[in-house]
Amino acid sequence: MDTYDAYRAITDVTEDQRWAFGAGFDDPLSGVDTTIPGGVSADDLGAYCEMLGDDALLMSHRLQQWVGHAPELEEEAALANIALDLLGQARFLLARAGTVDGSGRTEDDYAFQRGPAQFRHVRLVEIVDSDFGIAMARLLVFSTWRLAVLDRLRASRDPVLAAIADKGVNEMTYHRDYAAQWVIRLGDGTEFSHHRVQAGLVQVAPFVGELFTDSDVETRLAAAGVGVRPSETRAEFDAALDAVLSAATLTCPAWSASGGGTRIAGHRDTLTRLLAELQSVARAHPGAAW
Amino acid sequence: MTAASIQARARAIAEAVPDPEFPQLTVADLGILREVTLTGRRAVVTITPTYTGCPALQVIRSELRRRLEGAGFDDVEVRTSLSPAWTSDWITDEGRQKLAAAGIVPPHAAPVRSAGPVPLTLVRSAPSVPCPQCASADTERRSVFGATACRALYRCTSCGEPFEYLKEI
Repeated sequence: MDTYDAYRAITDVTEDQRWAFGAGFDDPLSGVDTTIPGGVSADDLGAYCEMLGDDALLMSHRLQQWVGHAPELEEEAALANIALDLLGQARFLLARAGTVDGSGRTEDDYAFQRGPAQFRHVRLVEIVDSDFGIAMARLLVFSTWRLAVLDRLRASRDPVLAAIADKGVNEMTYHRDYAAQWVIRLGDGTEFSHHRVQAGLVQVAPFVGELFTDSDVETRLAAAGVGVRPSETRAEFDAALDAVLSAATLTCPAWSASGGGTRIAGHRDTLTRLLAELQSVARAHPGAAW
Repeated sequence: MTAASIQARARAIAEAVPDPEFPQLTVADLGILREVTLTGRRAVVTITPTYTGCPALQVIRSELRRRLEGAGFDDVEVRTSLSPAWTSDWITDEGRQKLAAAGIVPPHAAPVRSAGPVPLTLVRSAPSVPCPQCASADTERRSVFGATACRALYRCTSCGEPFEYLKEI
């Protein structure tokens, strides 16, 4: 029988052996047709891939921070797996951004070499979740919203976005169910757990409005049959959240009143600290390998 | 050798590459090998990831290249195909038998998507999975996520043994 050694297979990769940080893999889009569909602005498509990619990257990072802190080993495995799925989406989307915008930047360049002002995520993914109640409230809101967006994106005229969305929907169905079931378990649990997850929803509420504010890029790409206007997903989001929160005996915060915002990053304390951790090894040891 | 037999040989070499996370299964067993084509001396292998973040993909890619190059195919390209998305339904019968032999319960049929929004599952319901050790139907799901993205953790309440289930997607 053929002997097989995964480690030898890894060390056989000669093009790129950077395992100290980042993916260290070759192009995740290897062999995927990355032609830009006709009539679509490359700048818009690149920006859109960054937006979707940054949401996934930073949400993944926040989930990864739970590893070592979650209440049970099973939950650590679950959170790490959800983070890995999102990191996979981020890799494809940021690699796609680099091929589209003509910059030739790699996924690692986007993740590790941009400053706070250059990120295009929604603030929901940036906030600190030092409490499991906030973590589950945020994951429920994020995965319900993103699942609805990706479900529509499956029909995109851009075959790469359509394919990423197609896979993402299957995976994120598990993410949303996981978060929904935890919110119900906590909300319909003890007085203490109910209070904690209710407080989590209140903390997340100010960042919900931004999720459904259409940016110019999204509006133009939606008109071109390539992107999705997030405002279109609002009714589906509200219906899902109503179902979960009523089963959880929780009160829906008044998040329809929360402000808009349009993915404007900057040198905010939470973002600067998050990126400092995410990028520290890559910045301290550029091109490091082991 | 004829072109067809060289093609068949390239295909057989690619099919035999093991999955790093289930070394007892090959990429063909898992249904992630999509196509092997030969144009002159150039071999193009198309694979698809199980999950978007699956870290095994790169290892599989380099192992495909290494084995095909070792067999004399000196121009090997491995392509990634994202669509249609992989489903656990693509695991072959042989793959299912190998999973079962390794103590991992093979997946039920993937859910069929109907029109309208993706349905929410509010109740912690889990597919009924018999224990691979004692065959008891009395098992509980401990987590829908396991050691890898594609596995769920179960425990048998009769014999007490933990086991894994390759979850349907």
